[in-house]
Amino acid sequence: MLSLFAADAVSAPAIFDWVWLIPAIMAGSFLTILLGSKRLKVPAHFIGIPAVIACLVLALVTAFSWIGYSSDVAHSGEVKSEESFGGTAETAGAPVPGFVDAGAPTVACVESKHGDDYDDDGDHDAFGAGELAFSGELELAVEEGEGGGGTPCPVINDVTWFSNGGDPEDGGSDITVGTLVDGQSVMLLVVVTFISTLVHIYSTDYVNGDRRYTHYFAFLSLFTASMLFMVLSSSTIQLIVGWELVGVCSFALIGHWWEEKPNSDAALKAFLTNRVGDIGLLIGMIILYFAAGKTFDITTINTMAVSGEISQNTLLVAGLCLMAAVMSKSGQFVLHTWLPDAMAGPTPVSALIHAATMVVAGVYLIGRLYAVFFIGFGISGGTLNAMALVGGITCVGAGLLAFVQADIKKVLAYSTVSQLGYMVLALGVGAYTAGMFHLFTHAIFKACLFLGAGSVSHACHHSFDMKADMGGLRKFMPKTFWTFVIASGALAGIPPLAGFWSKDEILVGAGVWAGTDGNGTFTLPFIFGMMAAAMTAGYMTRVIWLTFFGDYRGHGVPHESGPRITTPLIILAVGSVFAGFLNMPKPFVEKIGLPSSWGLWFEHQVEPAGIGSFPAIDHGKPSFSLAIVATLLGLGAAFLVWNYYKALYAKDHKATEVTDGLMSKIPLLKAGHTMLTEKYYLDHLYTGAIAGGTKGPLARAAYWFNQNVLDKTVDTAGKTAVATGRFVYKYIDQGAIDGAVNASGASASGGGQVLRRLQTGRVRQYATLMFGAAALMAAVFIVAI
Amino acid sequence: MYLNQFLFLSAVLFCIGVYGVLTRKNGVLVLMSIELILNAVNINLVAFGAFNADLGGQVFALFIIAVAAAEVGVGLAIVLLIYRNRRSIDVTEADLMKG
Repeated sequence: MLSLFAADAVSAPAIFDWVWLIPAIMAGSFLTILLGSKRLKVPAHFIGIPAVIACLVLALVTAFSWIGYSSDVAHSGEVKSEESFGGTAETAGAPVPGFVDAGAPTVACVESKHGDDYDDDGDHDAFGAGELAFSGELELAVEEGEGGGGTPCPVINDVTWFSNGGDPEDGGSDITVGTLVDGQSVMLLVVVTFISTLVHIYSTDYVNGDRRYTHYFAFLSLFTASMLFMVLSSSTIQLIVGWELVGVCSFALIGHWWEEKPNSDAALKAFLTNRVGDIGLLIGMIILYFAAGKTFDITTINTMAVSGEISQNTLLVAGLCLMAAVMSKSGQFVLHTWLPDAMAGPTPVSALIHAATMVVAGVYLIGRLYAVFFIGFGISGGTLNAMALVGGITCVGAGLLAFVQADIKKVLAYSTVSQLGYMVLALGVGAYTAGMFHLFTHAIFKACLFLGAGSVSHACHHSFDMKADMGGLRKFMPKTFWTFVIASGALAGIPPLAGFWSKDEILVGAGVWAGTDGNGTFTLPFIFGMMAAAMTAGYMTRVIWLTFFGDYRGHGVPHESGPRITTPLIILAVGSVFAGFLNMPKPFVEKIGLPSSWGLWFEHQVEPAGIGSFPAIDHGKPSFSLAIVATLLGLGAAFLVWNYYKALYAKDHKATEVTDGLMSKIPLLKAGHTMLTEKYYLDHLYTGAIAGGTKGPLARAAYWFNQNVLDKTVDTAGKTAVATGRFVYKYIDQGAIDGAVNASGASASGGGQVLRRLQTGRVRQYATLMFGAAALMAAVFIVAI
Repeated sequence: MYLNQFLFLSAVLFCIGVYGVLTRKNGVLVLMSIELILNAVNINLVAFGAFNADLGGQVFALFIIAVAAAEVGVGLAIVLLIYRNRRSIDVTEADLMKG
């Protein structure tokens, strides 16, 4: 029966079977650079750049194939609904009963729960489209602009890694690894390879002549490979491997200049902070493994979460554990402290890892297991949940911190934390597409900002201090200036730049503003989101003023960076302008007279709506008034900050802060400022209270144990060994063995002394003896015979 | 004619030869004494050969004469070298092989 439907279903493009090549190429590049670059006398980027460009091309081919495939499936799905409406659900072997989903059409991507045999895979997609069970509400859904109809199932290609040993009937299944291609992974593929390509090119200039140039490029390759590996993973265990690999690369690249203590400290801090979250990751994944009947398969886990086969309480516990991992990797409060410190690494690394790709791993994880979070946290119809709350606090808390930083990269780092908070907030309020879309646009403009900051520091003698060494740079480096302003505009959400569209969607998704019914009424996250929107515009204005306006405060004459630095900036700036148009709201598209299919294009390609492994989420309706209010809020904040600095400049051309303002008069404000400059005292809490508090007693206990147990054992063993040694030396070695040897020597020597007397050298004596002996023998013979 | 007579002569010659070897200091005299010993043996061989009607004894005697000639050649050369080195042919003085 399945084959019947498989025959006329749209088959997946062959490229989906080969996506594993993309991480493999980068891994090969890593090994080649590490082992071969010096031997072949080839500069590392000669290997890394072609590899990453090849990956970019492959990723783009995959993306276009996916777009074609998903529209084919959507199309064939519609046709199918006409042909076999009503009959499909029964004949095609039952979508799992009890779908939470009430109205939307549903495709079961996983046939049965226990013991799915994935070995000969590649045809999950085949019956996916055939099993469409359309309900009568399809047309309604389409009318509402919800899309949804006929999204293809993820295309999975698994190989069995090892057998789990269990009989499928008993709930065991094989452990598989493989690739999972769907809208989300394809989107990440493109983002990672695209940013990585630009960063590679940028780095050839930026780290030119570095003492570990080869090492640097090798780790860029490894990082890209691990991120791609993680993005394509089809099982949670593979996801963990990729996740950890990414962490290791981050560690290596933050500590790239490890000769300086702060850099290696920052690397350690990043690594250790991530370990905290990784415990949550492991526990969460193990819970899901058992809850889903001993399988690591992501699609199966999601499907079971959606169908209610895993209880909501289990999902909640697993979700909370996984949130810890997300908090550490994606820099959410309170585990965000490593991210600003990670700016110790080279700037292109900051752009690649700590803005555009690695830190979105947490957001990606939420998206990957969205059913788990969505149902576990009860996002549908809720008012507040852990994820939305964490995201909201993060986007506001980090936004505030960004205001007091003097280091341009730290501002961007806190901005990244804040924007990651935004993404988590979006996912927390059920705005899946908005979160993913923000991830996409943010990667582009944040990479542009970081690379711009690198370009600025290149000009200012490698300083990142905006207050001491920058100012007035717009005259010296126009390209950097304009790209930076465009990207800042995108970040601040100024229409029509990229950030505006994604941010607006998130605010819509919170479902608070009149007429934007989403998954629930998330008032607090909405307020946080609005505050963060205003703050983002404010602190970016501050950065632009301190860096590019006013008088130059550094020494020497700054200069524009070379083409290998400015070209990536320009490409990214162009991206920051246009990326937002990928997901314009439909009412807007219709209003300005474009074809309706231009709206929500990103959502149609990325969101796997209407399939069994994805929860049924409600999309908020876009609101013009909300967009206008949010934009005005941002512009207002920018205006305030701008005027503040302008007034300051009018007073004193070199001033970067007010010394006798309100802060010196109102103690509460002063305390607040100190709180911010001390980063909410979180570092004190971690290193002083938590690390210090456990370190002391633990160290004393360990010392006691060491002295009294371990050392004593070792001491006793040592003393016994010494005594035995003495005894053996004295009696056995010296007495018996040496004695025997000496005695044999002495006896040989004594014998020699005696015998040498016999050898006089006088021939006559010898003759005498000989004749004597002969005579004696003759006598013996005579007597005897 | 009795075999005893030849054996006695041979024994006397042998003893004279041994005495000469053991007592003479002169290297040439020692060699001559060795010659006496060898010839004592020759007499024995020839005598036994004649009495037993066996030519083997005479053949052996001829071999010994040839070997003795060679031996004297080597021995005289040694004596000559000793003389050249020490200006003396006193064999008691040549004790280089002393252990």
